[in-house]
Parts: sequence; structure tokens; C-alpha cells
Amino acid sequence: MLNAARSGTPPPADARAAATGAGRRWVAAACIAALAALLASRGAETAAQATINGLVTGTYFALGAVGLSLVFGVLRLVNFAHGDMLTFGAYVALFLNAGSGWPIVPATLGGVLATAALAAASELAIWRPMRARRAGGFQMLLITVGLAFVIRNCIQLAAGADPLQLRLDVTSAVALPGGLRIGTVELWVVVAGLGALLAVATLLRYGRLGKEMRALADNLSLAEVAGIDTRRVILATWLFAGALAGLAGVLSSAAAGILTPNFGFQLLLSLFAATILGGIGNAYGALAGGLLLGFAEEWSALFVDARWKLAVGFVILILTLLVRPNGLLGRPALK
Amino acid sequence: MTIDLTALAAPDFWIGVGIVAGIYSIFSLGLQLNVGLTGILNFGQAGFMAVGAYAMAILILRFHWPAPVALAASAAIAMLAGVVIGAASLRLSGDYLAMATIAAAQLVSGVAQNAAPLTGGNQGLLGYDAAWTTLARWMLARLSAVGLGDQSQLPLFIVTWAIFGLALALLTGLRGTPWGRVLRAIREDEAAAAALGKNVFAYKLQSLAIAAGLAALAGDLLALNITLIYPQSFSADVTFIGFAVLVLGGLGSFAGVALGSVLLWSVLEAASFVRLPLAADKVAAVQMLIVGLVLIAVMVWRPEGLRGKREEMVLRG
Repeated sequence: MLNAARSGTPPPADARAAATGAGRRWVAAACIAALAALLASRGAETAAQATINGLVTGTYFALGAVGLSLVFGVLRLVNFAHGDMLTFGAYVALFLNAGSGWPIVPATLGGVLATAALAAASELAIWRPMRARRAGGFQMLLITVGLAFVIRNCIQLAAGADPLQLRLDVTSAVALPGGLRIGTVELWVVVAGLGALLAVATLLRYGRLGKEMRALADNLSLAEVAGIDTRRVILATWLFAGALAGLAGVLSSAAAGILTPNFGFQLLLSLFAATILGGIGNAYGALAGGLLLGFAEEWSALFVDARWKLAVGFVILILTLLVRPNGLLGRPALK
Repeated sequence: MTIDLTALAAPDFWIGVGIVAGIYSIFSLGLQLNVGLTGILNFGQAGFMAVGAYAMAILILRFHWPAPVALAASAAIAMLAGVVIGAASLRLSGDYLAMATIAAAQLVSGVAQNAAPLTGGNQGLLGYDAAWTTLARWMLARLSAVGLGDQSQLPLFIVTWAIFGLALALLTGLRGTPWGRVLRAIREDEAAAAALGKNVFAYKLQSLAIAAGLAALAGDLLALNITLIYPQSFSADVTFIGFAVLVLGGLGSFAGVALGSVLLWSVLEAASFVRLPLAADKVAAVQMLIVGLVLIAVMVWRPEGLRGKREEMVLRG
């Protein structure tokens, strides 16, 4: 291990597996310790209610983070426009729902499809030509920043900066056993979000596309030599990331009950935190990281003022980068 | 839609543009030192700007320090923040550093919002500029001798560009020293610089601390210009406007920063004078839309910027 690190070669596979195993144990230990501390100090019911809230937040964090992570995994691109893709999906759904009077389910689907189309369009108009020119990482990164500004401000130009709301009944709630409650909207957010995540996880694990994506993430030129149509897989990755971002945008704005043009960018750093927490480029890691971050933010509100909730995400992002930059589930080989 | 060109002919319009352009020139000189010279992606520059501006305002308002001391202290505090944040994050490379520094800047913003007794929270702080107003009045009295006494914004314009000139001279001088050559070596090949026995981490830390000090000075001047600071004055957008200035002027060119800043802010401020039938929030959206388009256009068609050299673009591959 030491020699490998010194000479700069990746550690052998068994060390990698051991590190991942240690990582899993680390996650489990941290979760259990956090939960135990909560239960001991704030009472079971308060802790359970915070956990339910954390599940709601974690669901849309995970949806957003998986898309971000897929794009990074395949293209090594940190997409600063991802948060604004969430905003875009939410505004399309809001426009269809509150503007044109569509029911919420088709409006959500409209938002998802529109965001997938936006992501695919960005691939065709910008990313594919830029890769063909062998643009550097700095160029690509600043283009994502520019794209974020363009998406966000086109939305603000079209819809204004005033907060808007989906047409949903946000007052009704479902009683759960043990005196716990969850809002009806939030329940649907969890059901739809976890359902989508499960479908994506299955598809990535067993589908041909998932295998091809992993091949590209491992080594793009090797995948190309092996006969994989990399252009098609990359386009599919963008469609996927866009669709997930659109769904995350609709669900998060439904749960938050409010939507402004800055909405997605404000979520972006939490999505970065979730992605890094799970190991950047690892879609399952992003899923776990998103849920974990959701719990962490809601649990933190039991101890410090809820106004610091967002700051918890930033602290977790910085701490993870410092202590375990490859994430809890990440492979140490990533640069 | 009508375009009112009379405003564009007025000197006070251009003095106003000049002040903002000067502030962003100082701000982006720091980015140039980090990104263009050392090859470190500092996405948290607006956070250092906030530290500087808040430090100055708090030292004057809450601790009643004399303004010049508060100004110097604000730069020192921001440099210290640069050392702390850098010590925690500079071992990371590329995109990871970008994410860590932008998160640090958001933390600063969170503190500014939530530590209301000190920072005024979302209402912000004002009234820290009494000493500056006195000085500006004194300068205007001298300026009236040459017939410029009615340009009330001129003193800030002069001070801003004087500070930029000093910073430019300092950084240009530093670039040619062995110290500056090590920074460039780090940008070109970090491992090689380390192999030559250079303490890469210490050099990066110094680079970030100087950039933070420049951001603080820019923040102090911004605070004097807008007379009221609140957390949103230093949002992440400010950092990215700085990057637009940086790439427009060209990576690696210190003087190009001023060119990029004057060009960008002339367009942005002129855009707000085009009388579009739009509400204020939509005019702001047009301005930020321009920033985004500039970033994309420069990176797609002229990644070396107006004054940069293509060989300066070898930023971490």
C-alpha cells in the first residue's frame, strides 16, 4: 500500500476492495452513532419525525446527485449548470400545472421530458463539439458556469424573480403510526422519488446502457475500441441526467412549496456535497450520499438553529473533501 | 423599446462604470494570480471579498476603529481567512478545489446572514463610510480647483484606480522574481516543481492569501460605493463575474484584467440604460445573461482571451 502510494501507481485491487469495505463500515458506524446520539438526547418521537423529514429532503438530494454523478463519471465534467437544470424542470412543470391547468402528474412528466431535452441539446450544441476540439477542463468548467447563468437568467427573464407555487394542496397530511405525520405532498415526493431511484439503480445495474456507461466511466478510449458507440452512450447519459434533474426539480419545489430562479443553484452545493459524500462518479454512492445528507441536515436542526441547515451541507462537503475526498463509497483510484 | 443615449454621454455615468470596473479589476487581479499564474481554481473569491468588507464595516461600527486602520486590518483578516481556507483545501486539485472554495464562500455568506448581532443579518450594515465621506469632500475641494468639483463620484474613482495601479505594479514586479517563476512552474507541472524541492503547498497558500487580500480591498471599495452591505452583495455571482472579466482579458495577463473589466462593465451598465419595457428583476437578468454568454463565447471561440497567449492555457489539462 505504502509503496504503491509512493510510486504513484493505483493500489492493487484487493486493497481497493478493502478500502471500500472499510468505507461501508465507516458509513454504518457514523449513521448508528448519529442516530444513537439523537435518540438519547431528543426523544424517540422527535428523532423519528426528523428522520421522516430527512427522508423527504434526502430523496430529492439523491435524485439530483445521481444525475450530477453520472455526468461526472462518464465525462469527468463537474456541471455547475446542473442546479439550474433542476430549476428549469420545476418551472416547466409549474408553467404547465399552474399556468395551463394540467394535473400535476402530466405536468411533472412534461418538466422531466423538457429537462432531458435541454440536457441533450447542451450535449449536441456545446459538449460534443467542444470534445471534438479537445477543449481543456478549465474551458469546459467555465462553460458549465456560463450555461448556469444563461439558464437561470432566461428563466428569470421569462417568469420574473417573484416566488411561485405549484397548484398543490400543501396543508393535508397523513398520520403515521406513533403520532408521526408526513405531508401528503411530501409522501408523494418520497414515493415518486424513491420509485424513480429504484428504477434507475436497476437499469444501471442490469441494463446494457448501465454497463456501457460504466465502461465509459472506466476508460473512454478503451470503451470506444471495444466497439461501444460512445456518442450514443454519452447522449443517453445526458438524457438520463436531465430527466433526473427535472424530476428532482419538480419534487424539491413541491416539497419546499416555493420556486424562484435561484432555487436550483442554492441546491447545487448540497448536490455537490451528496455527490462527493458518496464518491464522485459513483451513481449508487450519490444515491446514498443524497439520502445521508438529507438526514444529516434534518437531524442537525434538532441541535442547532434550523437557519444553519444549509451550512451543515457545506461543512459536510468541505470535511468530506478533506478527510475522504474519494467519498464514503468511492474508489481510491480516482484522481 | 427606446434607447436613451443621453445618459451614455454623461460623464458621471462613465465615472460610475469606471468605479465598478476598477473594483472588479482589483478583485480579478487576485483571480489572475491564482488561476492564470499558479493554476489553482479559486471559486471562493466573493467569500474573501465579503470577509474584507464585513471586517472593515464591523471594526468601524462595532469597535470604533479609525477607518484607515480598519481598512488595513480588513485586508489582513481576509488574508488570514485565505490561509485558513487554503490550508484546509489546497491539497485538493482542480474541480475539487473549486467545489471546496465555493462551499467556503457560501459558509461565509451563511455566517453573514445568521450572525445578525455582528453583521446585521439580511438587513446588512450601513454608516461605516463617515471617514470616507470626509476624505471625499476634501478631495472634491481640491478637484474643484481644476473645475471637476461637481463630479461627486470622482474621488472614489481616483482611489480605486490608484489601488489597482499599485496592485498591478506589485504583481507585475512579483511575476518576474524567482517567487513568480515558481508559481508558473507549479501551474505548468506541479510534480516537477515539487521534485525541484519547492514547497508547492506553501507557494499556493501565499498565492491564495494575496488574492484574498486583493478581494478584501475590492470589497472595501465596493462597500464604500454601495454604502450598504448585505450578504447578497457578495453572492457566488460576483466570483463568476470576476471569472468573466478574467477570461475576457486573457489568462496570464495582469493588464488584460483591467481591459476585460472595463469592457464587460461598459456593456453591462449600458444594458441597464437601454429602456427595455422590463421590470428591474428582468433587467438584472439581462445583465447576468450577458455574463453567462461572455463566459461561454470566450471559452468556445477565444479561450486565450483578448490579451492572453495560447501557451498560457495549459491549465491542468
